[in-house]
Amino acid sequence: MFQVRIHGRGGQGVVTAAELMSVAAFREGRHAQAFPSFGSERTGAPVVSFCRISDTTIRSHEPIATPDALIVQDVSLLNQIDVVGGLRASGYLLLNTLRTPQELGLTDAAVSLPPGHLVTVPATELALEHVGRPVSNVPLLGAFAALTGLISLDSVVAAIEERFPGPLARSNAAAAEAAYGIVAAHRQVAKEIAHVAAG
Amino acid sequence: MLQQVEGSKAVADAIAACRPQVICAYPISPQTHIVENLSAMVKTGELTGCEYVNVESEFAAMSGVIGASAVGARSYTATASQGLLYMVEAVYNASGMGLPIVMTVANRAIGAPINIWNDHGDTMSQRDSGWLQLFAASNQEAADLHVQAFKIAEELSVPVMVCMDGFVLTHATERVDVPEQGDVDDFLPPYLPRQLLDPDEPVSIGSMVGPEAFTEVRYLAHARQLEALEVISRVAAEFEAIFGRDSGGLVRPYRTDGADTIVVALGSVLGTLQDVIDTERAGGATVGVLGITSFRPFPYDAVRAALAGARRVVVIDRALAVGSGGIVAADVRTALAGTGIAERTVIAGLGGRSITSESLREMIGRAVRDELPALTFLDLDAGLVDRELTRLRAGDAAARARRAAGRLTEAGSVRA
Repeated sequence: MFQVRIHGRGGQGVVTAAELMSVAAFREGRHAQAFPSFGSERTGAPVVSFCRISDTTIRSHEPIATPDALIVQDVSLLNQIDVVGGLRASGYLLLNTLRTPQELGLTDAAVSLPPGHLVTVPATELALEHVGRPVSNVPLLGAFAALTGLISLDSVVAAIEERFPGPLARSNAAAAEAAYGIVAAHRQVAKEIAHVAAG
Repeated sequence: MLQQVEGSKAVADAIAACRPQVICAYPISPQTHIVENLSAMVKTGELTGCEYVNVESEFAAMSGVIGASAVGARSYTATASQGLLYMVEAVYNASGMGLPIVMTVANRAIGAPINIWNDHGDTMSQRDSGWLQLFAASNQEAADLHVQAFKIAEELSVPVMVCMDGFVLTHATERVDVPEQGDVDDFLPPYLPRQLLDPDEPVSIGSMVGPEAFTEVRYLAHARQLEALEVISRVAAEFEAIFGRDSGGLVRPYRTDGADTIVVALGSVLGTLQDVIDTERAGGATVGVLGITSFRPFPYDAVRAALAGARRVVVIDRALAVGSGGIVAADVRTALAGTGIAERTVIAGLGGRSITSESLREMIGRAVRDELPALTFLDLDAGLVDRELTRLRAGDAAARARRAAGRLTEAGSVRA
């Protein structure tokens, strides 16, 4: 079982992101469960969504307390709530930002994740470029696919096409592909550095 | 068809496949997505032969489906929480008149204080309303139970509530094998009403019954519900024959064989409980789970049979009867009467508080060690309630002192 928690604000597509992730996993024959944190949803208020991915039936309906991966759509939340709380020591942290983790003042626990598990990607800028709106959720799914390898980019694109009408699907898919490319390149560089260091 | 779909959408699709002829509904969270989806299906023509009535209140919603059902239309509505309370008078009328309406209740707490989150307080308040109440443990079961509900309701001419945990199920996107039209058509025959309001042959239904026959009317309603026990089981078997899925029925035992301790529960907590029980079993504890699908009628015999081998039973109630305790627990105790099996009640998940596997594991551990008191509130903030009780009692004492002082002054002034 791989468990993901997504943090963002009302209106940023946090719930849609978890749903699309679950659809992508479902398309690969996996079991998946996406659900929001339930509250009086308001634009701009902190929102959390969850996604479980498993090779066997998912029976649990409790919230995810110790995620294997965290996606942060809005880094302004880092100063407001305990976003990284419960993240497993072997986990992944994906942040939507142009800044570095150090500039964001992330906790030691977050920055001491295994090498290459903490990644930043300018998802809002990619969404503005490709979709024309600051909808960072979909490019982050592309980045997630590259970071964890848990779902393929093809499945993410298929989930996008299932959800959105033609032109909107194409622009969102382009944003996801761009984010995937950035993170995949970053992972490749990290691997080469690790290889050089080991050699 | 196997889909990755939101629970509400799966239920809406299952309802549509049952070919309802009238839907009267008023939106209220967490039920809204179900009726929104159905309304869209009627509008786009995906669901034909159905009139969707967008009423002005829940009272009107239930009144509308009562009228529709009475003239022979397969009728459906959905609600939750305060919406259910608002329609209560008509809820009793629907059952009293024997109208086979199906209603989804997306379980949600009742105010005050206002709370939009999940617990079973709403439908538990209607446990004596004469409706059957079937509780879904998962979105798959929620979709399947709706298809079965129409068959059960129409066979017995009684209304059925399908209860599914609000948000936890309605808003969860999961893998659901959504019942397909062809299979539903094979399973569910067109509605043939037992009674029919017809202007050409006018009759009255729901008219006055005095003391000479009211007891008999209630007796018959009770007898009808007891007959439902057999019908619910048979319909689940008929469902399995066509759909290939074991869904519905009266109770659902899980690893109860050889279990010294059995946890009884309703609804979506059952999945989490099954995971916990697997962990506990792996650690050597002899524990099991009994899910109750049919809460009304309450399957006393099936519950007693499923629990017969246990030394102790823990009932998780997702609602509280204030001044009494557990609601499901009281029925389970009745089922266990004379067996000598100890019952412990755990109130959990009120107003949307998550029931976590960690808390369940800890609670089951205490139960196995016979350390669980008769009534436990899971994850209660004991410090907070103790402080508040102390403050309230001090306030009571101060008020008594003030009242006493006031009486003395009054008495003194009279003497003067």
